[in-house]
Amino acid sequence: MDFLLDLWGFLKERKKFWLLPLIVTLLLIGGLFLLTSGSAIAPFIYSMF
Amino acid sequence: MPTVFLGISAYYHDSAAALMVDGDIIAAAHEERFTRKKHDSSFPLNAAKYVLREAGLSVSDVNAAVFYDKPFLKFERLLETYHGFAPKGLVSFLSAMPVWMKEKLFLRKMLKNELEKLGGKAPKLLFPEHHLSHAASAYFPSPFKEAAILTIDGVGEWATTIIGHGRGNEIKILRQLDFPHSLGLLYSAFTYYCGFKVNSGEYKLMGLAPYGNPNSEQTKKWTELIYNELVDIREDGSFLLNMDYFNYAVGLTMCRDKKWEQLFGIPKRQPETKLSQSYMNLALAIQNVTEDIVLRLAQTTKQLTGSDYLVMAGGVALNCVANGKLLRTRLFRDIWIQPAAGDAGGAVGAVYAAWHLWKGHPRETNCKPDAMKGAYLGPEFSGKEIRRTANRYNAPFKYYDDFNMLCADVAELIAKGNVIGWFQGRMEYGPRALGNRSILGDPRDPQMQKRMNLKIKYREGFRPFAPAVMEEDIAQYFDLDRPSPYMLLVAPVLENRRKPLPKNYESLDLLDRLYHLRSDIPAVTHIDYSARVQSVSRNTNERFWNLISAFKKLTGFGLLVNTSFNVRGEPIVCTPDDAYRCFMSTEMDYLVMNGFLFKKEEQNWKFDKQDLLSRYELD
Repeated sequence: MDFLLDLWGFLKERKKFWLLPLIVTLLLIGGLFLLTSGSAIAPFIYSMF
Repeated sequence: MPTVFLGISAYYHDSAAALMVDGDIIAAAHEERFTRKKHDSSFPLNAAKYVLREAGLSVSDVNAAVFYDKPFLKFERLLETYHGFAPKGLVSFLSAMPVWMKEKLFLRKMLKNELEKLGGKAPKLLFPEHHLSHAASAYFPSPFKEAAILTIDGVGEWATTIIGHGRGNEIKILRQLDFPHSLGLLYSAFTYYCGFKVNSGEYKLMGLAPYGNPNSEQTKKWTELIYNELVDIREDGSFLLNMDYFNYAVGLTMCRDKKWEQLFGIPKRQPETKLSQSYMNLALAIQNVTEDIVLRLAQTTKQLTGSDYLVMAGGVALNCVANGKLLRTRLFRDIWIQPAAGDAGGAVGAVYAAWHLWKGHPRETNCKPDAMKGAYLGPEFSGKEIRRTANRYNAPFKYYDDFNMLCADVAELIAKGNVIGWFQGRMEYGPRALGNRSILGDPRDPQMQKRMNLKIKYREGFRPFAPAVMEEDIAQYFDLDRPSPYMLLVAPVLENRRKPLPKNYESLDLLDRLYHLRSDIPAVTHIDYSARVQSVSRNTNERFWNLISAFKKLTGFGLLVNTSFNVRGEPIVCTPDDAYRCFMSTEMDYLVMNGFLFKKEEQNWKFDKQDLLSRYELD
């Protein structure tokens, strides 16, 4: 929660809302890698990238 | 209840912690001194524990922990840089992002977790900007009521250089130069190309520059090439780097080696290979350009602020050759440079920013000579702890109750050509050993530089040593009209102390030039008759002053060779144990810790030099 508040505050302060989709995408990809590391779907995720 | 701030600098290089209580810096230390890992960038857990212990406080007493930069702003710079250079930089992007996604972007959480390891609830967190931390570290502890501020380094979030004005308890930022145009990174690119390590070898490049031949066509041509091809400098000192030649914005190296080879006609020097005259000339060329930029920036700073006083911080402020030249322009009445000018100093700057800028406390300038307490802000060890080390190694020693007697004996040993490890009082904060964790020698001895470099420090033979001179005697040896307590000003050795050079001097081999007798204090006279002066004041470091004074009584010379107590690649020693091990693994003759004198010949324990050296990566 702290992170989301900080991120929102930063984007508002710097007026850099165009970075939001990029950051969200990177976080999703990062999260996906973390969640799937060692799991059965990992090979499919790796082949996607 | 006092107001307590804990400053943290970490996760990039040279992590450190500093503690401020009611506006007073109580303690500050580099993490590397505790972990024995040079330039350690991890969270400064040991340093933070120490600074709290020094103040007799716990983390629960801390009102706020202040991190020295803004991680989101740095992330913005990374994303925009990759976006701006795309598709170049994909490899670098893919290697940088996982660390950010996993750790650095969640810095607040990481910091909280680490702070809780100190044994309590994590305090509130504050994040001043990187260059604001540098500016605060330069202005607030300085002795000036108001001052112009100039900070120059590699890069913080976006800023690489700022010009500001400090007045009362406020700092106003007037100009800012942004990444990728960076004087620090330009200098680091040359450090890399000359075969030294980035973020640690910059001193070596500065020390190498005087070996360059200023009259050679090669040096002149290369200086022109730097101006024409690499950096476009404007009258006000701002500049643009030609990014076709640099790789650091999107790559994993500093510069594009092939383009540099085409430009300068010499390949990148491989580390630890022989240094040819060409690399010395290249070092001189970039040193000249760096000094030119610093002087122009200082002129602009003067114009914008109208101040008679200048304060500096940031890694480039450790370029003491440029600092000395800036001082001699008399552009400013006086200059003060933060002794921990690099990133470690950001921890001190961060707490000052919190105290004055966030809390709005008024600023007082009644600390003499400044508020840094001589940079002696680290741990101190008692006789009991030293005795314990002696017992552990079954080490015989002689103990002196009378410190003056000890100084008289040690001065005599130095005058006879012995090299002494000198361990006293609180450890220094910042990269320089200032007489509490030092190796000392006789500056008159023509063999001293060679011996200390090759047999004690195990480092490159060309590197110079600094003199520690009694403050009242500076003018007898150096063309310097003021104290230089932090070894951050280079000054010429006085003409009347110099010896003439042979006619074929410039054509001589490096070692022949190096070992030519240049003055009556040859061990501290660099190849260009300069010296990186440390003035020692009786008020700031009485023990060290007493020792130099005893040496003066004996020899008539009120100065000593002073180099940091470590070997190449090793952090400066922190504890008596570190000191004893370093002493026993080198060819140092004596070790003095508080009142204890250890003579090498009498020691029982045999240390293996290779064992010590193999612990540390070459810097």
